[in-house]
Amino acid sequence: MPKRTDIKSILLIGSGPIVIGQACEFDYSGTQACKALKEEGYRVVLINSNPATIMTDPELADRTYVEPITLDVVEQVIERERPDALLPTMGGQTALNTAIGLAKRGTLAKYGVQLIGASAEAIHKAEDREAFRQAMWKIGLNTPESAVARTLLDAERALDRIGFPAIVRPSFTLGGTGGNIAYNIEEFRRCVEWGLQASPVGEILIEQSVIGWKEFELEVMRDLKDNVVIVCPIENLDPMGVHTGDSITVAPAMTLTDKEYQLLRDAALRIIREIGVDTGGSNIQFGLHPETGEMVIIEMNPRVSRSSALASKATGFPIAKIAAKLAVGYTLDEITNDITRVTKAAFEPTIDYVVVKIPRFTFEKFPGADPTLTTQMKSVGEAMAIGRTFKEALQKAVRSMEIDRYGLVSLLGLDRGVPAGANGEELAAKVRDRLKIPHPDRLWHLADAMRLGLPTEELYQRTKIDPWFLEQIREIVRFEDRLRGEALTADLLREAKQLGFADERIGQLNGMDGKTLRERRTNPSVEAEAVRATYKRVDTCAAEFEAKTPYLYSTYERECEAAPTGRQKVMILGGGPNRIGQGIEFDYCCVHAAFALREEGIETIMVNCNPETVSTDYDTSDRLYFEPLTQEDVLNIIRVEQPLGVVVQFGGQTPLKLALPLEKAGVTILGTSPDAIDRAEDRERFRDLLEKLQLRQPASGIARSVEEAARVAAAITYPVMVRPSYVLGGRAMRIVYDEAGLMGYMTSAVTASPNHPVLIDKYLEDAIEVDVDALSDGRHVAVAGIMEHIEEAGVHSGDSACSLPPYTLGQSIVEEIRRQTTALAMELGVIGLMNAQFAVRDGKVFVLEVNPRGSRTVPFVSKAIGVPLAKLAMKVMMGKTLQELGFTATRPLDYVAVKEAVFPFMKFAGVDVLLGPEMRSTGEVMGVDGDFGWAFAKAQAGAGVALPQGGTVFLSVKDQDKRAAVDVARHLQRLHFRIEATSGTAAYLRDQGVDVQTVNKVNEGRPHIVDHIKNGEISLVINTVGSEASHADSASIRREALQKGLPYYTTMRGALAAALGIDASRRKALTIRSLQEYHARREC
Amino acid sequence: MKKAILALADGTVFEGRALGFAGETVGELVFNTSMTGYQEILTDPSYKGQIVTMTCPHIGNYGVNTTDVESRRIWAEGFVVKESSRKPSNWRAELGLSEYLMEAHVVGIEGLDTRALTRHLRDRGCQQAVISHVDLDPKRAVDKARTAPGIVGRDLAATVTCIEPYEWTEGSGAWPPDAAVSGAQSQPGRVGQRPYRVVVYDFGVKQNMLRRLVDVGCSVTVVPASTDAETVKTMHPDGVMFSNGPGDPEAVPYAAEALRQLIGWRPLLCICLGHQILGLALGLKTYKLTFGHHAGNHPVMDLRTRKVEITSQNHNFAVQLPAPFDPATPQATLDTKFGRVAVSHVSLNDGSIEGLACLDHPVLSLQYHPEASPGPHDSAYLFRQFAHMMETHHA
Repeated sequence: MPKRTDIKSILLIGSGPIVIGQACEFDYSGTQACKALKEEGYRVVLINSNPATIMTDPELADRTYVEPITLDVVEQVIERERPDALLPTMGGQTALNTAIGLAKRGTLAKYGVQLIGASAEAIHKAEDREAFRQAMWKIGLNTPESAVARTLLDAERALDRIGFPAIVRPSFTLGGTGGNIAYNIEEFRRCVEWGLQASPVGEILIEQSVIGWKEFELEVMRDLKDNVVIVCPIENLDPMGVHTGDSITVAPAMTLTDKEYQLLRDAALRIIREIGVDTGGSNIQFGLHPETGEMVIIEMNPRVSRSSALASKATGFPIAKIAAKLAVGYTLDEITNDITRVTKAAFEPTIDYVVVKIPRFTFEKFPGADPTLTTQMKSVGEAMAIGRTFKEALQKAVRSMEIDRYGLVSLLGLDRGVPAGANGEELAAKVRDRLKIPHPDRLWHLADAMRLGLPTEELYQRTKIDPWFLEQIREIVRFEDRLRGEALTADLLREAKQLGFADERIGQLNGMDGKTLRERRTNPSVEAEAVRATYKRVDTCAAEFEAKTPYLYSTYERECEAAPTGRQKVMILGGGPNRIGQGIEFDYCCVHAAFALREEGIETIMVNCNPETVSTDYDTSDRLYFEPLTQEDVLNIIRVEQPLGVVVQFGGQTPLKLALPLEKAGVTILGTSPDAIDRAEDRERFRDLLEKLQLRQPASGIARSVEEAARVAAAITYPVMVRPSYVLGGRAMRIVYDEAGLMGYMTSAVTASPNHPVLIDKYLEDAIEVDVDALSDGRHVAVAGIMEHIEEAGVHSGDSACSLPPYTLGQSIVEEIRRQTTALAMELGVIGLMNAQFAVRDGKVFVLEVNPRGSRTVPFVSKAIGVPLAKLAMKVMMGKTLQELGFTATRPLDYVAVKEAVFPFMKFAGVDVLLGPEMRSTGEVMGVDGDFGWAFAKAQAGAGVALPQGGTVFLSVKDQDKRAAVDVARHLQRLHFRIEATSGTAAYLRDQGVDVQTVNKVNEGRPHIVDHIKNGEISLVINTVGSEASHADSASIRREALQKGLPYYTTMRGALAAALGIDASRRKALTIRSLQEYHARREC
Repeated sequence: MKKAILALADGTVFEGRALGFAGETVGELVFNTSMTGYQEILTDPSYKGQIVTMTCPHIGNYGVNTTDVESRRIWAEGFVVKESSRKPSNWRAELGLSEYLMEAHVVGIEGLDTRALTRHLRDRGCQQAVISHVDLDPKRAVDKARTAPGIVGRDLAATVTCIEPYEWTEGSGAWPPDAAVSGAQSQPGRVGQRPYRVVVYDFGVKQNMLRRLVDVGCSVTVVPASTDAETVKTMHPDGVMFSNGPGDPEAVPYAAEALRQLIGWRPLLCICLGHQILGLALGLKTYKLTFGHHAGNHPVMDLRTRKVEITSQNHNFAVQLPAPFDPATPQATLDTKFGRVAVSHVSLNDGSIEGLACLDHPVLSLQYHPEASPGPHDSAYLFRQFAHMMETHHA
């Protein structure tokens, strides 16, 4: 069927900020959808609050609304743009829920907007647990025994039938929020209460546990003619009980006979038909009993998903792009397979390699969080690797994670064998204990168990991981013996490399350094003994047809299909797996670099291993290497491709830390020199630089022992900011107010030693922090954006909200910051992007840090000012001047853009929500408006925080904040809020003439503040705390606010901004405007 | 680890590790891109005369069992895989792959770049090859491959067909065997009330065809390939099936002869080699494909409904039309001495003919494998169609 001509304009809803369970895979799918629909000539209207996405680049859609994804806002978009259709399946659960909400409130009917891709009924049938269960029953398929409950009583009744262990999941959430396993009645009640709260509709599903069953996922595509294909069967190494997002997953399925696989396939076809997903992709999860083959259907997502992004990258079949085309009427047989260019999309990819995805966790950032893996997703990113065997792919995936493990390194010190004198029994007991629960380190625990001789049968009984996988892991572990004991001949090395062993890992086992080994391996004295990587293509068809698209992965086999061109080419190093501190913003920059090079006629080579991203779309660059970002893997590609140079500026720390080693290996680093990068990162060199420029910096020192730390801190004077020198992203960074605090930190959080010094900086209390992004061509510096943080200095810049332009700083300070930024960029010789952070206190500007690279705020600034900074930076790096590019200065904005961070605290029970120097946010949103208050309110709404319009504000602030609290309280009182405060704060406020009610602290008897919050009597919580000792007393207040979904602010500047936001929304109704409109206004 | 070599007639040699029975074997080297179903593939009689390369890198993962077979033994002449699993894992597994090959005296090789090999065969075409564990001299092995007889013109069906007629009564049965609810299977249900009597010409029939016939309510008699039409007529069947089988359709002229006598007499179901035999019987030509179709993911369009089925395929020969087939005008028919013939199914991959419809006689003829096994079940309904033909055909 040809495409539909009765619709002209299509609304796409993005997935909003990056959160656990909903990450940049939806930028990948949304971007594909935008491109596909534009290509077909449709007018595309897009809404997404996340500025760090490629999809919100103004060129991608006709109208781009970077506005909060709420029903009211989307309704306004519909009213303004009058789209004919809404495609709800590209923006994750957010888009799906929004579309359903709009259908329910009658908006779609009112404006005549048609849902395409999936109807409201189909979405309901797939998403509503009970409706889904009945649908499955109708077509003869089993689901786990289950019941829906809206009260604890219902839940307990259902338990009689379901029994323990039982899984409790809230309805209509994503990433399994609140999904938990209960083994006894006490746990059960706790889970039920939590689940009821977490569900937006106050409903939970209680399910029979199928923990330990084998888990599979099928990606299914269907078109309007009812043609159905399975894109890829994926098998989870971790059996049922661990959320699929937290599981190691493998494609294709490894342990199913054809009879069993076809059973799943038949079921998948019937499910997509019964649910009635008309067009596009769906994902269906199956559980299979490992000893009987009994099958249950776990769930179905009637939309593209994280798994569909993975399946797309794993097979070369672009699910989202094709789903978009199917949604407008094409059928699978009418769409060409991009990779072969001769066959059609109506087929099922077959693969001749193995794909392994490993989730990446950041429990270290959430002390107190339980690292047990459950049905609630906790990982923040993932790496995917491709190899010709499972073993090769697994080891490549492990080193792709960048967790300083180049393989299945022993966590028990067994890498050189069981040490003499070690008690094997004791170690075995330890490892058995660790294998009791699913844990992020389970893979490594298993390897250790094997080193200690535990048999596969026992490991299977403990973990229910299929023995096939266990045997494969054992083959890796067993080969370690040969690497430890034998001479490293070419044959042995080749075998090791085919098994996926990294040079570093071979070195660890053999006692050789990885670099020497690599040198010997790739350039031996006898050419025949060279062991070098070869590259194979991902082609959707196991070589049955020729692959026209160079989408490559490395292996160590006979034939190399890389076939590099003789063109001028540049290699871009991506950011690797998402983690807190390094996410989609860096991928955005890498993608822009590729676009810029394409515009300049230069061939682009992308290297990355994150399957969620746009950068790993084979469409983004001329050539894609899906490879780990280690020195070894990158050098291997350089050897084959011989690029003009390598770009390390855009992918965050991952490529940046490769800059020096690559340069040493003779590789040209484009843009800012590695020496300049080092000059900015090395503390001593940086201090010299600032001295030379006569710029101010907070007092600082280095300590190599506990005693030295005390001396340094005393000299600097408290409070001080302390951190280990060897970690990034604010890891283990802390503000301490006195020597007791310092001692506590030095003894528990870090070990200071001559090799691992601790850095101590003066903490500037109540200073305003400022972030600056600038672009330099070496002769001229263009300061692109100066952002004033909402939260004070001391809160990690990634966790702080910020305003562009500054909303409280005076013009002279802004000019001074501009001057200092320019001086820094010139002195460092920056070619490309630079980010600098400043603190402003008492009219003085302090330099906090300088990063001569693309920063987290680049996409935000680009969207705010309407200039594609990363693209320009790439062109500058290729020799263009800013003059030539027409970007030498930014004109002032007549609107305000506010960025706000989004946190995963809901997923980590028991973790305090206080902000600090350690970054913990997963994503960000942007709010734009003519008015700061509104821009802030929009950013809050985008982050899921609805500012209250009235009610009672609770205030409890530390002494230093009491003065500021008066301002906020007065402001809110004017807006007719009731004020409630704990005794100290209340007394102070009352003194200042604020009308305030006193409420008990939690330890002051009942009813206390938490009771008030639980009873729904509070609409806004403002709570700041000083010393760490006071944190515990008030933690329950903040946690309760979080659970209740109440807006809460833990800094006074945040609270004040909230007051301004409330004020603005009282004064003026919500108005929205597209980026194109904002930018056009700037041009005329 | 014992070494082995794979030598191709064009002189290309791969080194690898010995797999299965220690010996030497020769056959036409083909590749199959199915990701599951190696046991069904090994036991498919259509692979007689051929060495099979699996493109999926891990083979043997789930072992082998006594039920997932397509015939009583392995027919493939040799087996080429990237990596065979040493320890199988599946609740139905009874034996490992290597032991299975060993017991069946099948020579295999593993540990070679099967993707390079596949690309080679794709570009240069299928050819004779030798796997040897015993003589690792590349030159001698290449010579053996060169001098081995090819499959063109060889009556391989005669070597795999049954010796005597037999009855087949087993259907697909409940699946999985132990599951409490068996609603998950996609079996074509029984059609009509009476059992249809079907005679199956065995050119190397896959057992799943027989099971599918039983599923739709047939009582099945399998007869040797050389059975003449008169004998079949005396058996009073409601329909006749011409099965799949190995090799060159032109090498079994007696089958085309029998088919000519049966066309129009009773409904016919022709699958794979049977389909090619129909083509020859109609006066069309057959030709050898460069590397054949051996897969479980090939899209085939039913030109009457324009719907796509994902099909299981295993053939090296195909039917050719006198004039190039134009999918744009699929309605075009061809006049033969058995009336008008039209193309009913076409491959979306390469445009080759995947099904023929005789417009004046009840014939259902498919190049691909509606019985799957291994492969998707999209086309299982065709057995029902055949049953309908028998239901409505009035002799």
